[in-house]
Amino acid sequence: MFEFLLRMGDNTLVLGHRVSEWCGHAPVLEEDIALANIALDLIGQTRLWLGLAGEVEGQGRDADALAFRRDAWDFRNLLLVERPNRDFGHTLMRQFLFDLWHLDRLADLCRSADERVAGIAKKCVKEADYHLERSKDLIIRLGDGTDESHARMQAALEALWPYVGEMFTDDALDMEMADKGIAPLPSAQRARFGAALNGVLSQAMLTRPESDFARQGGRTGTHSEDLGHMLATMQFLQRAYPDARW
Amino acid sequence: MVSEAQIWRWLAEVPDPEIPVLSLVDLGVIRAVEVGKEVLVKVTPTYSGCPATAVITLDIEAKLREKGVENLRLETCISPPWTSDWIAAEAHEKLRAHGIAPPRKGQPACPRCGSANTTRLSAFGSTPCKSHYKCADCLEPFDAFKCI
Repeated sequence: MFEFLLRMGDNTLVLGHRVSEWCGHAPVLEEDIALANIALDLIGQTRLWLGLAGEVEGQGRDADALAFRRDAWDFRNLLLVERPNRDFGHTLMRQFLFDLWHLDRLADLCRSADERVAGIAKKCVKEADYHLERSKDLIIRLGDGTDESHARMQAALEALWPYVGEMFTDDALDMEMADKGIAPLPSAQRARFGAALNGVLSQAMLTRPESDFARQGGRTGTHSEDLGHMLATMQFLQRAYPDARW
Repeated sequence: MVSEAQIWRWLAEVPDPEIPVLSLVDLGVIRAVEVGKEVLVKVTPTYSGCPATAVITLDIEAKLREKGVENLRLETCISPPWTSDWIAAEAHEKLRAHGIAPPRKGQPACPRCGSANTTRLSAFGSTPCKSHYKCADCLEPFDAFKCI
């Protein structure tokens, strides 16, 4: 259960931090505000998931301790969310792919046999719905926009595609969660995701890559170098000045 | 012994830190008040990451301490999740008077001139609970409460 909650909370934590890196740098003011708001929602959701994780673990660690006092190999997020921001197209495509998966995942978790999980999911699902509405709209507008924006969105899709498959792979922990009725198998989402994705990509005039190759490892703690760099920034203060408060 | 109704009246005097024209009771974030050996106040966040949430609990505590409540416990509850439907009907008028379109399904009307001819400039606004619009008739930009 602890590991399952880390998987949920680390996704929103890592993506939330990545998105917050745009604060003050977005191409237009409205996007800056949107990105900062989305980051805030994701960090808020992290507080709920990691808070419960700490409670379930029973070792006295709260959400802050889990966020700031674990090293990269203890993180259980998808590799997708730790991909660097690169250009605005990459950031948006990463967000769209995540939102599409996330909303569907949360909708499933609203029916979890564990009422704490269901409670958090019901809170987060409304926010995720709003995020997807925006990211879908922008993918379509930029994919079906100028030659330049189209080329950037297609390049982003191709660069991020190898990280999509990990969202739908099942392991022993997923089987256990499914048996207990806490969370359905990730693989059960694959067909729904694919159908929804195809619909958006065709409106966006983007071509779905053919390869099914999937990079994996994030959910069990094998991360890319990028996560370490991100954590070095994110965790600096608590590492250099443990228990610092203001 | 202080009554539940009295606690509610005091809480109705505590302004929301981000939108001070609304009280915490108007905003619908106070979910329950129980008076027994201690006073228990159940609070729910609007958005899970809203920075006002921490200030809200501090403000509740400050207000009730000031009124002499000693044995106080605040509990955060997230289930059922907050919805903009919990914003009191009277509060809609307060929002409009303050230049913020109250939550409603579909296109918000301009809080200044009442025109329905409005366009959304940004899905997000100055706080997590609002988005940004512009009125095509009086040309004023305005914030609108998101409907969730």
